[in-house]
Amino acid sequence: MASGVKPRVKSPKTAAAGEVVTLKTLISHPMESGQRKDSDGNVIPRSIINRFTCELNGNMVVDVTLEPAISTNPYFEFEAKVDATGEFKFTWYDDDGDVYEDTQAIEVA
Amino acid sequence: MKAKLLTGIAAAALAFGAGAAMADEDAELVINGEIEIVTKTAAPAHLDGALDEIMSGWRFRDDTTQAMQMDDFDNPAMLAVEDALEIWATADGSEGKSCMDCHGAAEDMAGVKPVYPKWNEAAGEVYTLQMQVNDCRENRMGAEPWKVDASDALAMEGLLSSVSRGMPMNVAIDGPAQSTWEQGKELYYTRTGQLDLSCATCHEQNYGNMIRADHLSMGMVNGFPTYRLKDSKLVGVQSRFKGCVRDTRAETYSPGSPEFIALELYVASRANGLSVEGPAVRN
Repeated sequence: MASGVKPRVKSPKTAAAGEVVTLKTLISHPMESGQRKDSDGNVIPRSIINRFTCELNGNMVVDVTLEPAISTNPYFEFEAKVDATGEFKFTWYDDDGDVYEDTQAIEVA
Repeated sequence: MKAKLLTGIAAAALAFGAGAAMADEDAELVINGEIEIVTKTAAPAHLDGALDEIMSGWRFRDDTTQAMQMDDFDNPAMLAVEDALEIWATADGSEGKSCMDCHGAAEDMAGVKPVYPKWNEAAGEVYTLQMQVNDCRENRMGAEPWKVDASDALAMEGLLSSVSRGMPMNVAIDGPAQSTWEQGKELYYTRTGQLDLSCATCHEQNYGNMIRADHLSMGMVNGFPTYRLKDSKLVGVQSRFKGCVRDTRAETYSPGSPEFIALELYVASRANGLSVEGPAVRN
């Protein structure tokens, strides 16, 4: 596992039915591109987050493919329409097979 | 926007683009919807005759950069602050102590950042905040001091700055610190390098004008340590000095040198009255 990986999510706790809410996510991750060389000239192996998804109550909100050109600590901001009380599930997939998850409940008043 | 034009080739190059509007001169900075930041205020008394009003560098940045600083989630520097919170609570060195063992919660250090650099009686010299942290590390914790503007040192300075956000900068320039302050002032107004520029040439006489693709700010350091988007990391004030002096095509002083400590004290005193804003986001 890449070191210092920590997912963060900022999402509202409540929403009106049918409201479009803004979600912000950030995962601290080096996003080593695989293009760089160390001081001895050896290629530093690629190690990135290659996929990010967000689901709301099992429905996919976004499904993102990340490429090596994306910089350190990838940040996503996007919107989702909330119809019912439920749970956002955020998932980040690492090149090394690790999967990082976070969930945030949202209540429809 | 005041735009005094200088004569000479270098000045003409600097003044090119004079009058280009800044993003939003009347925008106000409120962080997380609760911390109100003073980004424009009357200049401190010692700037009498030089500047009437001082403005934070935040006002010179464009909307998107400004917005990044208005929410801690969007401010990339807060990642370093989080790292520093861990360092704060982690014991280090031969004494087995952490910062927290003596100082309590990091939030209890509110009010420390605004008064640094500050005269240290025991050492008989002006200490920057990083020097004070290192003093603690060496003498109280028995730990290795951090290098000037090393990432851990900047993260810790960023943490100490973040807990003081909204408090006015209030650096003492009289008493025993006065001679150091005067040395810093001398440096500020001394032209250096092949381009023959002083700090004042850009930041006092040409702020608001373009320097290549960027707006010159007033060189206020209330937002330091600053997350620079071009470096994608925290940058310390003395490292920034080095970059500026280098850009005048001069041999620079080193971060941590007595000259830069004096300059940091003087430049910090120019921002007296503005709110502590660091860790700020700049381009």
